[in-house]
Amino acid sequence: MQELQSAFWEAGRLLLTFDSDLTEIVLLSLRVTLSAVFLGCLIGFPFGAFLAVARFPGRSLIVLVVNAFMGLPPVVAGLFLYLLLSRSGPLGPLGLLYTPAAMIIAQTILVTPIVTAMTRQVIEDLYQEYDEQFRSMGLSGARAVPSLLWDARYSLITGALAGFGRAAAEVGAVLIVGGNINHVTRVMTTTIALETSRGNLSLALGLGFVLITLSLLINAAVMSLRGSAKRLAYV
Amino acid sequence: MSAERDFTGLEAAGRVAPGALLPVTLADVCFAVNGTDLLRGLSLTIAPGSRTVIMGPNGAGKSLLLRILQGLIQPTRGQLTWRRAWGEARGTEGGTAGRATDKHTSGAPPVSIVLQRPVLLRRSVAANLTHALRVLRVPRRDRAARLEELLTLGNLQDRRGQPARSLSGGEQQRLATVRALAGNPEMLLLDEPTASLDPQATQAIEALIQRSHGQGTKIVMVTHDLGQARRIADEVVFMANGRIVETAPAEIFFSQPQSNEARAYLSGHLVI
Repeated sequence: MQELQSAFWEAGRLLLTFDSDLTEIVLLSLRVTLSAVFLGCLIGFPFGAFLAVARFPGRSLIVLVVNAFMGLPPVVAGLFLYLLLSRSGPLGPLGLLYTPAAMIIAQTILVTPIVTAMTRQVIEDLYQEYDEQFRSMGLSGARAVPSLLWDARYSLITGALAGFGRAAAEVGAVLIVGGNINHVTRVMTTTIALETSRGNLSLALGLGFVLITLSLLINAAVMSLRGSAKRLAYV
Repeated sequence: MSAERDFTGLEAAGRVAPGALLPVTLADVCFAVNGTDLLRGLSLTIAPGSRTVIMGPNGAGKSLLLRILQGLIQPTRGQLTWRRAWGEARGTEGGTAGRATDKHTSGAPPVSIVLQRPVLLRRSVAANLTHALRVLRVPRRDRAARLEELLTLGNLQDRRGQPARSLSGGEQQRLATVRALAGNPEMLLLDEPTASLDPQATQAIEALIQRSHGQGTKIVMVTHDLGQARRIADEVVFMANGRIVETAPAEIFFSQPQSNEARAYLSGHLVI
């Protein structure tokens, strides 16, 4: 009990003094996760919208696969990427293994299916509402995608948020392709796992607080955004 | 780009301007869903110029007829023949070649519809109209001026920045109507445009309709409002049970309806 209490105090001290190790880890985590969410949205928004409006053979199979990949275990994603990026792998010459870039790619793989699947659902509902109006204006199929994406903008934030949650929380993928190298590829989740196993609870706890606080802040910001959208009758 | 293509197309056809869109002729048009005929053997010619009002009880097939004219649905059987074909068979897909007049060179479909429940985009009033102008391929250089024209036409200048879905019912309908006019259609279809509006808002919509008529746009309107039908109609198409029961000039239809159905419908309205 005594130990736990001191760990809390120490965690508080690290946070309040902006401990350099801790700050470095937090900033790298944010960089990796936000980059992955950005890339995931860049791919997932148009792809999901395309799946929502297009009708072609094999569409339901793709939808099925995308939905299934929402639950892809991070360690498995990390393992596949590891095989691709390892020195003997097909992408080995790029020298990306154990770099932040590899971690961004790994998390993008995890985020993209979530963003794609949620976008497809949102856009499919919206398309049902807009279809006749759009067709009467001569707007149909893939040409309608940009209009639909823009009109669904507030709903799509939820998809991006779900992607952020997944990327921020996962350990397995970044651990395998990043290697948890001090000052290079160490992020919050991998550090928490490592420091806990080493018995250094204060740093682990401090990072845990940061992680939870960040999540709360981002969700609060998005909720207020959606709230104001509702007030403005956009939703 | 489309304007250029149209232009060369027109040159090849040896014409200076595209021919008239109307009349459009329906020959024995049927529309069935799951084997049930919802429209049966419609034969009708819609001529240019006059204001056509479609009347009839609920479920008569009035809205379906408008959808067929707009190309939103295809007849199960029968023929729809426009004097100038405009690609309506493809459901106006991909922006069809519109008319190139001296006023506007746009790729907008020549037929435009105000649906019974018009869908306004989740954007501002001005953005709704700009979107339509873009989709209808009104050339970029003309859009700003056209936007102002449309805002003025709909008396929505003070509402330009407001989210369209927060407008009042009357304002929403005005926006939907001027949006339908954005591409300068040759034919405007309206499906009960004033069904839930108060008299003042109704009057504003009717003014828009009359103005379009004055500028040579063919008006085809569905309404249950007998007073409105009398104010607007030059000719009446009366439908019941998926059939056209009676087609007559307005003054004859209202004074001496020929069919039992029309008499019953009109007297029902007059009694209430």
